[in-house]
Amino acid sequence: MSLRVRRIGPACTIQDLGRTGYLDQGLSRSGAMDRDALYEGAALLGQDPEFAALEMGGLGGEFEAQTDTVVALTGAPMTAEIDGTRVVWNASHALGRGQRLKIGAVQKGVYGYLHVAGGVATEPFLGSRAAHLAAGIGRRVSDGDVLPVGEGRARPGWTIPVEDRFSGGVLRIVESFQSGLFDSATRERFAGTVFRRGARANRMGVQLESDGDGFAARGQLNILSEVIAVGDIQMTGAGDPFILLPECQTTGGYPRIATVLPCDLARAAQCPTGAEIRFRFVSLEEAVVAQSAAEAALARLSARKQPLVRDPAEIPDLLSYQLIGGAVSATDEGE
Amino acid sequence: MAGPEGFPVVRTVGIDGMLVTFADKMAEPANRAAIAFRDAVQAEGWPGVVETSTSLASAYLRFDLGMTSHRAIDDRLRELLQTRDWYDAPLPEGRKLWRIPTVYGTDLAPQLEEAAELAGLDVDTAVRRLSATRVRVLTIGFAPGQPYLGPLGAEFDIPRQTGLTPMVPSGALVLAISQFVLFANEAPTGWRHVGQTAFRCFRPDRKRKFVLSPGDEVLFESVSRTEYDRILARDTEGDGGAQVEEITA
Repeated sequence: MSLRVRRIGPACTIQDLGRTGYLDQGLSRSGAMDRDALYEGAALLGQDPEFAALEMGGLGGEFEAQTDTVVALTGAPMTAEIDGTRVVWNASHALGRGQRLKIGAVQKGVYGYLHVAGGVATEPFLGSRAAHLAAGIGRRVSDGDVLPVGEGRARPGWTIPVEDRFSGGVLRIVESFQSGLFDSATRERFAGTVFRRGARANRMGVQLESDGDGFAARGQLNILSEVIAVGDIQMTGAGDPFILLPECQTTGGYPRIATVLPCDLARAAQCPTGAEIRFRFVSLEEAVVAQSAAEAALARLSARKQPLVRDPAEIPDLLSYQLIGGAVSATDEGE
Repeated sequence: MAGPEGFPVVRTVGIDGMLVTFADKMAEPANRAAIAFRDAVQAEGWPGVVETSTSLASAYLRFDLGMTSHRAIDDRLRELLQTRDWYDAPLPEGRKLWRIPTVYGTDLAPQLEEAAELAGLDVDTAVRRLSATRVRVLTIGFAPGQPYLGPLGAEFDIPRQTGLTPMVPSGALVLAISQFVLFANEAPTGWRHVGQTAFRCFRPDRKRKFVLSPGDEVLFESVSRTEYDRILARDTEGDGGAQVEEITA
């Protein structure tokens, strides 16, 4: 089985949960910017969240099934149609042999995901299929590519209600080992500041902007390069914060004021340019509890699956979050 | 323990990491301590530890919150710290000495003059000293397989640039604060580009993907541009003409 890429946007890569165990070699994890989306896709297709999917930054593409299959669409909602008929996001759909799936521009958020039953089955590198462009691992998917797909069957016609994590909002943070380099007045001002996501953003990190002074650390220029955790908020020389994302460097000399909770990182990565972000310090204990709860919720996602064939009016969550334009497509019904 | 005042110190990293720091300035004993302590943590095989690494003067470990706790890891780390004087630990076994042909200056490495001037040396003296200094891999980090090496002489304790060089190529040898970094991939940098090698630190297509290890030593030996071009022309492995030998003793 394979999926033919007829046309594709400029920021699309194959991603999975990433590659762990190579930090000591200077290789960061990489993997999906929105891990929740991988779990949602896996739940919709009834498969392993470790399966790889296509991550689409800002713009999707046009895909053709080489055999009958089932796809799921998750993450930042994008316009989508199969052979000209609109289909809903956050749902699984049958894609027959020769049918065309067209995924357009993102409507909220940044990264949308296309999952296929059986998972995208490109050759793994060091245990993962995740592209890591900064490290020179993998590459952007381009026009004409044929994506290999693993063996797998799924039933189409399911949806999962999701919270809006695509419009910025509040990110919970914990103090980390360099937080003390920032005096308490600076940390308080940081927590009280409304930031906007800046224009500089990629899979390594996103820049935040604010009015007023930057946020400088004591002795900022003489700090020894130290270990970076994904989610660290790094202050550049100008005092502008950057939230570091899964493709970030593994060590760095810029001080970090705090770390975003892993369970809030998808919200950070999905925040569109100009949207507002605020930070709230939580205790380490509170963070651990929140993270465990989030992981438990991901493990139970399948229980929240709903059949798409229901009248959408009966599904309030669906109405608030899911419907992108028009009605649920009749082509999704049944197998 | 023979460390600086207030060290070693154990602190949290994000929500699932711990960092044991042996100094807040680069010093050889702290670097050795970090490497040895990290190796000891690996050897302990504590349940729930997901991965470990070192930076210049710290050892890091990340753990699974579902399998262990901050409290348990913190206790174990402090206990392990007490077992010896880590600042006195030997370097890892199986270290190698690499001789990596390097073009200093020319259009390949345009900031040699600037760096020499900041070091208060004429260019020839700077090249002679840099070329003859056996530097050690202090840590691997930032990018895959990318080494931080030192120490160079105190005259090379020059600051990073205030602005960034937009891009240096893979194999670039850059200098600041008495250290070299040998770039694994092309990248922007605040360090000064003084030499160029054809050595690839990260070889994704090879069996041995990450070439250098902490504790290895390197001589960046000066070669002419002609010699460099000749090396480049016949190099298929990304070795860049490097010679390697085991360090015994």
